[in-house]
Amino acid sequence: MTSALEAQALGKRYGKRWALRDCTIDIPKGHVVGLVGPNGAGKTTLLKLAGGQLEPTTGRITVLGERPAAGPEQLARVGFVAQNTPVYTGLSIADHLRLGARLNPRWDDTMARERIASLDLDPAQRAGKLSGGQRAQLALTLGLAKRPELLILDEPVASLDPLARREFLQGLMEATVEHELSVVLSSHLVSDLERICDYLIVLVDSRVQVIGETDELLATHHRLTGPRRDPGTLPAGQHVVSARHTDRQSTYVVRTDGPILDPAWTVTRLSLEDLVLAHMDKRPARARRADLEVQR
Amino acid sequence: MIWLAWRQFRGSVTMMAAVLVVLAATLALTGPGLASRYAAGIADCTPDGTCFEFFDRFFDEYQTPFLAVSLVVLLLPGLVGLFWGAPLITRELDAGTHLLVWSQSITRGRWLAVKLALTGLAAMAAAGLCGLLVTWWSDPLDRSAVPELAQMAPVVFGARGIAPMGYAAFAFVLGVTVGMLVRRTLPAMALTLAAFAAIQLAMPLLVRPHLMPPVSGTFELGRENVDGMGAPKGGSLQIFLRTSAVPGHPGAWVLSSEFVEPSGRRSAGSSDDGPSSTIVGAVPVSTTSGPCAPQAGPPGMNGCMAEINRLGYRQQATFHPLERFWPFQWLETGIYALLTLGLTWFSFWWIRRRLS
Repeated sequence: MTSALEAQALGKRYGKRWALRDCTIDIPKGHVVGLVGPNGAGKTTLLKLAGGQLEPTTGRITVLGERPAAGPEQLARVGFVAQNTPVYTGLSIADHLRLGARLNPRWDDTMARERIASLDLDPAQRAGKLSGGQRAQLALTLGLAKRPELLILDEPVASLDPLARREFLQGLMEATVEHELSVVLSSHLVSDLERICDYLIVLVDSRVQVIGETDELLATHHRLTGPRRDPGTLPAGQHVVSARHTDRQSTYVVRTDGPILDPAWTVTRLSLEDLVLAHMDKRPARARRADLEVQR
Repeated sequence: MIWLAWRQFRGSVTMMAAVLVVLAATLALTGPGLASRYAAGIADCTPDGTCFEFFDRFFDEYQTPFLAVSLVVLLLPGLVGLFWGAPLITRELDAGTHLLVWSQSITRGRWLAVKLALTGLAAMAAAGLCGLLVTWWSDPLDRSAVPELAQMAPVVFGARGIAPMGYAAFAFVLGVTVGMLVRRTLPAMALTLAAFAAIQLAMPLLVRPHLMPPVSGTFELGRENVDGMGAPKGGSLQIFLRTSAVPGHPGAWVLSSEFVEPSGRRSAGSSDDGPSSTIVGAVPVSTTSGPCAPQAGPPGMNGCMAEINRLGYRQQATFHPLERFWPFQWLETGIYALLTLGLTWFSFWWIRRRLS
C-alpha cells in the first residue's frame, strides 16, 4: 500500500532561512493527520510542498506515491485548501462550483450543491460578501467535491469563531467518514485537532519533533511527579521530553514503551495538548521567545 | 479553464469593446467624408499646380483629430500592458487565489497558457483593429501631412499598420512577466509602464533606422526641402533647409539632412531664428540686385532658388523612402513578436520553477 505522504530528508530554504529541514515522514493512507506547531514552525511550507505549490530545496516528497503536482491526474487526487481559504471575491458561489466542475474530472456536483444548500448559502451571492466561516466552508466544499483521495487543509479554522470552528470541523469529519479520504490539516491550536485527528505531527523550529498515531503517543507519554532528582538517574528506556523543577519536586514528561516501575513517582497520563506542549517546551528559552515575533 | 479565464476577464474586455465600437463608429462615419473632400481638393488643385497649398490647408484643418486618433493607437498597447498584463498574475498572488486555482486538477502551466492566450489574443485583436482602422481613416491626411508627421515619421509610424498589434502583444506579456517577478500589482504596473515606455523610445531612436541601410542622396534645393529664406545677415542670404523632407520622396523618413556648400563644406547652422525643424544655410549672394533682390518679388523666389542651385548649394540627406513603410512594419512587428515569444517562454519557465 502506498503512503498518503512520504518525505525523505525534505528541506525548503528561503534565502538563508530554512523553513523546513531534514523532514523524514511516512504517513499511511486513511488517517486524519494533525500538523501542529507554533507560528512559523514550517507547517505551511510542509503543506505547500505536499500540495505541489512549492518545490523542495533538498530531499524528496511523494504524495499518494507520486511527485506533487506532477500532472493533472495527480492534482485530481489531492485537494488543497490554502491558509485563509482564498476565494475569488468577484465570483458568486455558483461560479465557484462551476469553476470546480470545469477544472476537475471527478467533480461531484450533487454533493457540492447539497453542501452549499445545507449551509444555508445563497449560490448567487458573491464570495467577497461571505463571512470568514462561510468562505472557509466554500473553500472546503471545493476541496471535497473534487473527490480527492487526500485532502490538505492549511489552518482552515484559524480565522473562525469557536462556533464556526466546530461546525467546520464537524462537516470535515462527516465528509471524511463518508468518502474515506485521508486528511492532513494544520493548526497552531491542539484543541482544534484533538477531536478529529488520529495521527499527529509536531513541528517545531522547522523540524519534526514527534510523529505518530495519537493513541500510541498518548500511551507512551507519561508525566512523572515526585521528589526532586536529576534526569540522569532515570532508567535508560525513558526519554525525557520536558523537565520542571521546584526546590523539592521534579516533574518530568517522559516517553517510554515500557511501564513506569519506580514507586517514588506519581504517574499521570497526558492529554494531547499537554503532550504537544511538552514537546514544544523542549526547546531553549531563547527560541521560545522568538516565536512571539511574527513569522511567515 | 477557458471559462474561468473568460469569467475573470469579461468585464475589462467588454469595456475595451465598447471603447473600440465608439471609435470605429466615429471613424466609419467621418472617414468617407474625409476621403471625398481630399479627392475633390486634389481634382481642384492639380490643374493649377496649387496642391502644396491644398495639402497645407487640408492637413491643418484636421490636425487635431489626426493627432488624437494617432495618440489613441500609440497609447493602447501601453494601457493593455498596464491594466491587462501586470495584474493578470499579481491580482491572484495578492488575493492568494492562485493557491485555489492551482489546487484544481489543472497544471499551472496550462492555467497560464489559457490566461495568456485569451487575454493576449484579445489585446492583439484590439490593437490590430484599432491600428488598421486608424490607418484607413487617416489615409488622406497621411498623404497631405507635413513631413514631420508623415507615415514614416517615428510618432506616426507606430500608430499605423500592423505594428500596434506587435506592441500590444509585447506590452501585455511584459506586464505579465514583470508582475510575476515583482509579485505586487501597483509596483508591477509602474515598472511595466516605465519599461515599455523606455523600449518604445529606444526602438525608433536606436533600432528602426538600422532595419535597412538608409538611402543617401544629394538634392537640389526647391519648394519641397526649403521652408523659406530669411532676411540677409552679414551679406548672406539665409536658407531654411527642412530637416525632415527630401525632394522627390514625399513621406520619406529623413535621418539626416545637411546643407552643403559648393566647396563641399557642410554648414552647421542653427535654426534659432528659422521655422521649426529646419537648419540654416548661409548663401553669400547679392540681395540688392539680381534674382535674389526683393524687387524680384514672390515669382522671383523661384529665380533666386535657381540661382542658388546654379551656384552649387545642395541638400545632402540620408533617409528611408516611403516605399519602405510596409517592409518596416513587418520587420518591426517581427521583432516585437520575437520579444513576445521570448518573454512568454520565460514566464512559463518561471511559473514552473520559481513562482509559488
